[in-house]
Amino acid sequence: MPLIKITDLCKDYANDGVLTKVLHHLNFEIAKGEFTALMAPSGSGKSTLMHILGLLDRPTCGIYELDGKDVTKLSDDELAELRNHKMGFVFQSFNLLPRTSVLENVKLPLFYGHAPIDQHDELAKRALESVGLEHRLHYLSNQLSGGEKQRVAIARALVTNPEVIFADEPTGNLDSKSGGQVMEILQTLNQSGRTIILVTHETYTAEHAQRIIRLKDGEIVSDEKVRDRKTAGDGLIK
Amino acid sequence: MLGIIIGVSAVIFINSVGAGAQSLIFNQIKGVGSNLIGILPGGSEEDGPPASVMGIIITTLTNDDALAIAKQILHAESVTSYVKGTGTLHWQAQTADSSFNGVSSSYIVTEETEVGEGRFFTEDEARDLSRVIVLGSQIKEDLFGDQDPIGQTVRLKKENFRVIGVMKPRGTAGFQNYDTEVFIPLLTAQKLLLGIKHISFMRVKIDKEIYMDDSVEQIKQILRDRHNISNASEDDFSVRNQAQALQVLGSVTDALRLFMAAIAALGLLVGGIGIMNIMLVAVNERVREIGLRKAVGATYKNILWQFLLETTFISFFAGAIGIILGIGFSFLAALIVRQLDYDWDFVVSWQSIVLGFSASCAVGLIFGIYPARKAARLEPIDALRYE
Repeated sequence: MPLIKITDLCKDYANDGVLTKVLHHLNFEIAKGEFTALMAPSGSGKSTLMHILGLLDRPTCGIYELDGKDVTKLSDDELAELRNHKMGFVFQSFNLLPRTSVLENVKLPLFYGHAPIDQHDELAKRALESVGLEHRLHYLSNQLSGGEKQRVAIARALVTNPEVIFADEPTGNLDSKSGGQVMEILQTLNQSGRTIILVTHETYTAEHAQRIIRLKDGEIVSDEKVRDRKTAGDGLIK
Repeated sequence: MLGIIIGVSAVIFINSVGAGAQSLIFNQIKGVGSNLIGILPGGSEEDGPPASVMGIIITTLTNDDALAIAKQILHAESVTSYVKGTGTLHWQAQTADSSFNGVSSSYIVTEETEVGEGRFFTEDEARDLSRVIVLGSQIKEDLFGDQDPIGQTVRLKKENFRVIGVMKPRGTAGFQNYDTEVFIPLLTAQKLLLGIKHISFMRVKIDKEIYMDDSVEQIKQILRDRHNISNASEDDFSVRNQAQALQVLGSVTDALRLFMAAIAALGLLVGGIGIMNIMLVAVNERVREIGLRKAVGATYKNILWQFLLETTFISFFAGAIGIILGIGFSFLAALIVRQLDYDWDFVVSWQSIVLGFSASCAVGLIFGIYPARKAARLEPIDALRYE
């Protein structure tokens, strides 16, 4: 059973009465443990698709099955619950809480989850160790460099031990060295069995994944395995 | 936040000053003597003010009634009739405005007051229509300064009076400043100055407090007999003891305090609107944070409570500051009033603190609802995209 199955999915936006079709009847599956890149030029609906897959937005039509269950009819609270324990998000602009310590930032999803409160610190520290930031626990988020911020964001996405991590242009705001570190971490996570969905408009970044789904004007133009897969650490150029 | 602070401190301050003023008035009235029974012309409800207080002149009560009471009430230590008027006193080129009292010679016994210089008039002088006058200490000061007033002649309403005494300073009780009053014999005032036969009111001093209630009943009976009244509901007089007077006064000042507290509460309302604005701005500034929280699993309720708690915390904090400020101001006011030589109690009731605190928290909760709902309703995706 695939982790994600999309059938006839579409999304329209109504803006001042003008209907914009962003996604047109998409169909695809993503298996557990796959590292998939959604690739498209800006404004072609890849972020919208990621938001729908990440249960942050709802499709206008079609079926989205997560773990074999249709999630399009779930209530807002049920979606919040699923986001909390099945998904982790990494955004282009990090979205850390300002003036808040690294540790507190990473603990944030636990606050809305079920893990006992006395384990929060431990879980957050372990997540930070896995991104190599155990020495930054008590720094404020605004004292960190961009690369460190994004690694904190990854730790935050990891802390609830989710099945799938969504990364929306995670290297977009970073220099190539930091970007390389981020991609390395994502690849390591994937090797340990986690499903990763990466959204990007750069071919080079996308080629770190196992599979690339290319979108154009809201339609899938290609869906293929990466033949010459890049490994982070061999000099990522932005 | 400032609005809440001001509102809460105003609630505390007004309550404290109100309570202080109340106890000041009470103490002064009690100082007059707690064994007093007052008899006013005109009927009244038990706890309402008698008609004569409203300025209606009722002529049914006379000094003969007072004499009858003095004769028949066993425990009456003294009975004093009063008539009141105002006039200007003249001595040489000096003048002083005063309220004059025509009273029985028993006045100093009934009111437990003392003459500072000279003497009060005697029963004989009172009966003989003597033109003698006893001055309040302030009047003496105004007219004579440092000179000896005893034996001098002053003019009041075109009549000459010989000064025979000056009262000891007594201060103000309620709205009455005793030191600007002058005292002349009752009959003299009735016949010479006012041309009336009735009296304004009388006071009866009972020798022991335990006889108060019985005496009140007996006085009522005597007056009913004398005025040919068969039914208590037709009484043309009101008999009050000190306790009742305090009750009436208490209800009046309580109402006043409540009214002022209501105005202070209005300040709280304004503060609440201020807090709502702060929170609306905060929600706008933190749209991305809200989006992120929703993305990592916060539900509608989570966000709602987060913001509600924040507003409640802010107003709780503001309330605490307000309470401290309010107590501080009340204390300052008490210090100042004591400097003016009044016997002022510094009272901050726990009720007013609880009221201030709960009012500020309630304001925070109520005015926090709108911004909190606004925050909680944001779609995670719109919130994350917000720039």
